[in-house]
Amino acid sequence: MTEPATDLKYTADHEWIAVDGDIATVGITAYAAEKLGDVVYVDLPKVGSKVSGGTVVGEIESTKSVGELFAPVAGEVVEVNQAVIDQPDLVNADPFGDAWMIKVRFTELPPLLTAAEYAALTV
Amino acid sequence: MSVTPLDSGELDPGRQAPLPSTQPAPGTPEAADAAFDELLSPLHELHVEAGALFTDFAGWQMPVRYSSDLAEHRAVRTAAGLFDLSHMGEILVVGPEAAQALDYALAGKLSAIAEGQAKYSLLLARHGGILDDLVVYRTGDDRYLVVANASNRAVVAEELRDRCSIFDCVVEDESDDIALIALQGPIAEEILRNVEGFDLPGLDGLKYYHSIAADFRGHPVLVARTGYTGEDGFEFYLAPERAADLWEALIETGGGSGLVPAGLAARDTLRLEAGMPLYGHELSTSIFPVQAGLGRVVALSKEGDFVGRAAIEEGPAPDARVLVGLIAEGKRAGRAGYPIVVPDGAQIVGEVTSGALSPTLGVPISMAYVDPQYAAIGTELHLDVRGTRVPASIVALPFYKREKTS
Repeated sequence: MTEPATDLKYTADHEWIAVDGDIATVGITAYAAEKLGDVVYVDLPKVGSKVSGGTVVGEIESTKSVGELFAPVAGEVVEVNQAVIDQPDLVNADPFGDAWMIKVRFTELPPLLTAAEYAALTV
Repeated sequence: MSVTPLDSGELDPGRQAPLPSTQPAPGTPEAADAAFDELLSPLHELHVEAGALFTDFAGWQMPVRYSSDLAEHRAVRTAAGLFDLSHMGEILVVGPEAAQALDYALAGKLSAIAEGQAKYSLLLARHGGILDDLVVYRTGDDRYLVVANASNRAVVAEELRDRCSIFDCVVEDESDDIALIALQGPIAEEILRNVEGFDLPGLDGLKYYHSIAADFRGHPVLVARTGYTGEDGFEFYLAPERAADLWEALIETGGGSGLVPAGLAARDTLRLEAGMPLYGHELSTSIFPVQAGLGRVVALSKEGDFVGRAAIEEGPAPDARVLVGLIAEGKRAGRAGYPIVVPDGAQIVGEVTSGALSPTLGVPISMAYVDPQYAAIGTELHLDVRGTRVPASIVALPFYKREKTS
């Protein structure tokens, strides 16, 4: 399994967050993708929607499971990844890269996990 | 993210621990501890080496998938897949009156099948519901092998013992002494013919739902042309200590031609496309065979009584729901437990029992029970997919049928 990248932050809900200024890019980890199995459907929120931290904002459906995407931070969705909607298997192929899900403009970051802290959860 | 397990049925990989709880990685000390109170297949080590993800399944640790559900599914449709089904129950019924005993104990007329023949059958409750669905092989004049779902093994063994006690025969639960491997797919026969050391004298004439006694490197194997995928294929019943040898020989022979090990996730989507019911989803103690489209499995014409006969003759209520196939629009599948509603209102007229985005057809398919007035082919209904209405129409089962080459 792909190791969690050290330049990213994580949640205990198996999501990763890349912070650039006031924009957080959010995706799910390789561990989560592997647990889901082959992803066949991704549903994401609309650009411009307001999200609050910890609420369900999307769905990631595999052949055998349905995963819910949580907003790890509160803010406004400024971009969604149409490529992952069109090609859900990107989630399995490149969870930390091409399969990013949403970008959220935030004002405050909640406490997040480091790669080492997250890795300890998935041993 | 969080993951909701979708189903809870027998073959259901959705039973894997939901995220964010974590499963021990194979080979770790935690895995060894977990394995202590789990039943392990005789092929477990091979699955670990192959990188399988495991699920608890009726007390067994069985492979959900090795790499990709979809790749394993497609391999079975286009080449071949190899399944470990050692968790399934095998119960022997042996004796001069074994045939009459099974005619009384089961829904079908098992006395009518010839030696070497197999039959799909049902273990009915007295009230007409289904306790299990079974494949019964007649392996001798006075010998039958009854194959039960893993989750129902104990019930089947107990019921058969009880029901057969008034006949001159013995019922033995041999499940712990029999491993089961299934080789399924269009190139299954070609692979089987090339396995080194497999002596299969009767393979040339072996028809679907028939079995032969064979010899693999000096040890007996029952080779049956049966399966649960909608493809041609074989199932091998043999001693657990011989299972790894056969598994490796099959992979070695077929690996270059596209044979891959396949897990329970692929098995479930394969059987769903083939319109085959799964106990715990389409079948249960509250379902009459006729509701599931299995009326023909009950041999009402056979002489004498059998368990469940009176209730079956009376039949279920006229408004009892019936099993249908549904194809939905879009890409979101109706899953077990999702309500089915009328298109122009909120009235619930059915419930999905199994569903997936069909890997072969590319459309969402579901099996469901609906009120009989909505069961006609072409009827338009809505699936309630986690709060969103998705239009779907009733279609004939199965969703997928292989092209027969012979």
